[in-house]
Amino acid sequence: MRVQMKIKRFNPERDREPYWAEYEVEVEPVDRVLDALEYVKWHLDGTLTFRRSCAHGICGSDAMLINGRNRLACKVLVKELGSRITVEPLRGFPVIKDLVVDMEGFFAKYRAVKPYLMNDEPPPETERRQSPAERARFDDTTKCILCGACTTSCPSFWANGEYIGPAAIVAAHRFIFDSRDRGAAERLALLNTRTGVWRCRTIFNCVEACPRGIDVTRAIAEVKRALLFSGL
Amino acid sequence: MAILHRYDAVIVGAGGAGLRAALEVARTTPRVAVVSKLYPIRSHTGTAQGGIGAALGNMEEDHWEWHMFDTVKGSDYLADQDAVEIMCQEAIACVYELEHWGLPFDRTPEGKIAQRRFGGHTRNFGEAPVRRACHAADRTGHMILQTLYQQCLKHEVQFFNEFHVLDLLLEDNVCRGVVALSLADGEMHIFHAKAVLFATGGFGRMYKVTSNARSLTGDGVAIALRRGIPLEDMEFFQFHPTGIYKLGILISEAARGEGGILRNRQGERFMERYAPTLLDLAPRDIISRCMYTEIREGRGIDGKDYLHLDLTHLGREVIEKKLPDITDFARTYLGIDPVREPIPVQPTAHYAMGGIPTDVHGRVIRDEKNTPVLGFYAAGECACVSVHGANRLGTNSLVDILVFGKLAGRHMAEYIRGADFAPLPKEADGPAREECARVLASNGSESVARVRETLQREMMDKASVFRTQEGLEAMLAIVKELRERYRRIRLQDKGKIFNTDLQEALELGYLLDLAEVTVVSALARRESRGAHYREDFPQRNDAEWLKHTLAYRLNGEFELRYKPVVITRFQPVERKY
Repeated sequence: MRVQMKIKRFNPERDREPYWAEYEVEVEPVDRVLDALEYVKWHLDGTLTFRRSCAHGICGSDAMLINGRNRLACKVLVKELGSRITVEPLRGFPVIKDLVVDMEGFFAKYRAVKPYLMNDEPPPETERRQSPAERARFDDTTKCILCGACTTSCPSFWANGEYIGPAAIVAAHRFIFDSRDRGAAERLALLNTRTGVWRCRTIFNCVEACPRGIDVTRAIAEVKRALLFSGL
Repeated sequence: MAILHRYDAVIVGAGGAGLRAALEVARTTPRVAVVSKLYPIRSHTGTAQGGIGAALGNMEEDHWEWHMFDTVKGSDYLADQDAVEIMCQEAIACVYELEHWGLPFDRTPEGKIAQRRFGGHTRNFGEAPVRRACHAADRTGHMILQTLYQQCLKHEVQFFNEFHVLDLLLEDNVCRGVVALSLADGEMHIFHAKAVLFATGGFGRMYKVTSNARSLTGDGVAIALRRGIPLEDMEFFQFHPTGIYKLGILISEAARGEGGILRNRQGERFMERYAPTLLDLAPRDIISRCMYTEIREGRGIDGKDYLHLDLTHLGREVIEKKLPDITDFARTYLGIDPVREPIPVQPTAHYAMGGIPTDVHGRVIRDEKNTPVLGFYAAGECACVSVHGANRLGTNSLVDILVFGKLAGRHMAEYIRGADFAPLPKEADGPAREECARVLASNGSESVARVRETLQREMMDKASVFRTQEGLEAMLAIVKELRERYRRIRLQDKGKIFNTDLQEALELGYLLDLAEVTVVSALARRESRGAHYREDFPQRNDAEWLKHTLAYRLNGEFELRYKPVVITRFQPVERKY
């Protein structure tokens, strides 16, 4: 099938402002949007720039705004979108070139929630025990691939770039509710600030944007509830 | 002018092997840098699904000696048994260590790490499948990568993200650092180091149908070859039996570990004919060959080049709880619900057993006498210890990256304590700069995409699961012709900022080098062993070929030398499952 690709482009070495470029692409209905972008790069315009790696929704490289929704380009098929496809970089991050955005601020917020197991008790010779129910408690938030789709779909983040954002809260949730972790109080305190969880207005954009099907708003609500009942 | 950095240790690649090594070095030296062409959590370790093998014995009796036997037999007796012994012993501690670092393994009812069956892993030296693969749903690699990265953050390891390493600084057998291109601004950086570890992953992108990420172009392996290091056992490339038809996306062996069955067009469980004991859990080289045979004999689905992976008898609960990601892949990419319909699969290029030769300390060795290169290390898929021999067992790549990442890191830390910074060569970044300039200035009529597509298609046809003298010779001629065409490419992006047009061209150069070594090594080996199957020499020939290949490229010409296999506990016998 023939598809009209409309791509928002910007090359700081050449352009003053972003502009829209259009390409006619011949693809199979079961091709991914990533295949269509690669068709453009490989056969029409080698200057088109985007990140990609695993091409099946695990590495988190190719989150972008596709027909108005944050998606992974490798996880949406052309046939779902019809014959006109619009692609833009994620909103709210500085654009480096075309669809490549600067993720440094995003990862700084991830690092800020101390996303590693905190537990100074000497570990046993073998594994620490954890029941299947305790393990299931934080299963959903272990799926996060840090693609940035949730944070850049969040109106609270667009309104205030200092907001720590859903992805970092998901990372914190993964440890706060892990029975082996002892850092919950420290992380909850970090999130109990003007730029922390309370900026979430439960708009649910993040849930819709998450390519991993994580119930992000629910995870944020659980963190809020933990704060309300933790006595901090 | 290049920007100069100085670190005691520089680790190239931020997958499991690189991060595990970085953590080990960082225990004793604060000046460790990880340089990666991707963001760390984008690395391909994250796509490993099914599990990591370790004889914990949580579900049933198990011993590391059994794991060792399975690995050696799986390797078709080409693995070095001293290294395999270390790997299978250390695997246990490495898994507990991951758990202590917070890895969310699935659990048994009593709260221990849960384990499942996997291809080629057996109890009591081959009797029946054993539950050895420790898992976190079907995203075990994702959890390993995240856990290691999180620990690196905790220990404040320095990262250089989206820095593409283009050269290794190696003179007089002493490693002095690397040269890297910063993608964001196109600047060249020199990393002066006492020791360098390559953990750059595999090179499955030389094949058309592959489970490998776009980034797996063998950069580190090709750079080592260009700097005079021989490459070991490059003729052995694993095809995983169950890639999604046409796309190559992996459907984990865990699907068969949980009871999935391969069927042909008649609905027959064809593995009963080929491997009566292990059936669908026979090692990957064997199953991939059986699948090709079924397809050639007209028993592919609808007569086409794929078969069915049937999970429908497992029930929704098992499929959705234990295999959620691959269920999602089948639904997303095929519109198929594996609860109700079988999944169309075909073998997919998956794993390079060969690579940069190392000893068990991760030290790169430069010849058949095992002479180490001072300060140069390698670990993970880019390296060849050799623990996988002619065919890797499922789960053992994760074992390999953890065990040898750790051991390499440990040796590096020791080496660094006793070593000084060797002087940098004059104009250290000269060769990398010249190569970039040449590619950017090249003004022919060829495109990188077309040359790469031809390479991938022809390698799939002539140097994959079945090989012949005729096909390999034809392939060698094709690679030479593609090299000529590569010299006449023309890029459209000539800029400095995030030039992925340039990056893809450089990567194609690496792939062409590695395809050539693969074919040269495969042509010479006139026997069939593990993943290397020669239709014109269908038998294993221990008398002449129980040895490792070392392929050198000297002045553009290849020279093959050989070194013996280390055999300790298990004498080679015929391999039956």
